[in-house]
Amino acid sequence: MVCSLIRAPLRRYFTLNLYMVMSVLVSAGRYVEFSRHGLTSSEYVYFYYYSDAILTICLYFALMGLYAIVFEELEVTMRLRVFMMLLLIGTTLFSYSVVHQSESRMLTRYVIEISQNLYFVGLILTYVLWAALLKLRESRVRVIQIVLSLGMYFSINAASYALRNAYPDLRFVWAFLPPAAGMFLPVAWIYAFMRFDDEARLAPSRLAAVPR
Amino acid sequence: MMAAIIFIFSVAALMQFFVSYCRSLIAASARRALSSDVQDVIGIRRGASGEDFDRVMQYLHLCQDRREDRNGIKAIGAYFRLLGAVGTIMGKLLPSLQVWTESERSQCAYFAAVALDRRIAHNRDMFAEQMSA
Repeated sequence: MVCSLIRAPLRRYFTLNLYMVMSVLVSAGRYVEFSRHGLTSSEYVYFYYYSDAILTICLYFALMGLYAIVFEELEVTMRLRVFMMLLLIGTTLFSYSVVHQSESRMLTRYVIEISQNLYFVGLILTYVLWAALLKLRESRVRVIQIVLSLGMYFSINAASYALRNAYPDLRFVWAFLPPAAGMFLPVAWIYAFMRFDDEARLAPSRLAAVPR
Repeated sequence: MMAAIIFIFSVAALMQFFVSYCRSLIAASARRALSSDVQDVIGIRRGASGEDFDRVMQYLHLCQDRREDRNGIKAIGAYFRLLGAVGTIMGKLLPSLQVWTESERSQCAYFAAVALDRRIAHNRDMFAEQMSA
């Protein structure tokens, strides 16, 4: 956030800054819960997963901000925001309806199911944004790197939650992926803000794996 | 079933995002020309080849680490190894893929050479500052 404030106007990347502030607050809250109740307590586990869902919703807002930056010349930002909010509500209701069928340990299953679905919808939205970046021949390096790092973050988390849902015993695999992705995202954003200014550009054709 | 679909799609998307992210890092440094000193030291004039990568990385590790480019170098190192594995496994079946991976590996080597150039320039600046202090 500090890097963003130094290197870019606050209003332009407001939603990214909002996510980073929320991330710091959630980390502090998790630490308090951890020190009070311990790692294996149900209080900490519930706080962890529900705060993770809130952080993911904040990432949706960050994604909306990126959509607004990419589509700022097309004046369709409002429609996109409404669509994304409806998608978010739809995902929550879908997760609830899936879990509602099994009443046992519903709350625990619900948090994992909703996290998996929220990350997956986030991944789809980031993928659509990435396709739009290529289609519109967006060339701002900073925007491109922020979107790509967000895509990697959503992919790693969606994959690890799906793995967890399918194979709960493979703890040694899925337990380490979300923290690694959580460390990668701020590092990649710091790199994008500190290394490139807002007007640094590259040829979009260099990004597609198949040369155009 | 749903979890399996999400897992497969997520891994495929991760690979695509990772490749594009690495290509964006490489593209940002591709236009930068190497200084004549670095050209002499590593023997790269205009274009590098994939075989230069390990040698350039050895030089890079001899220079003082810079926090700004550390993560980029790690990402490109992972990308280089991924390309090597893909080229070895799939290259015999798809010769065009072999050509593409080799071209990407050469760009990775050029990225490492540019990073080396930056580190040497940074070290020189620091040395000059110390001498003048």
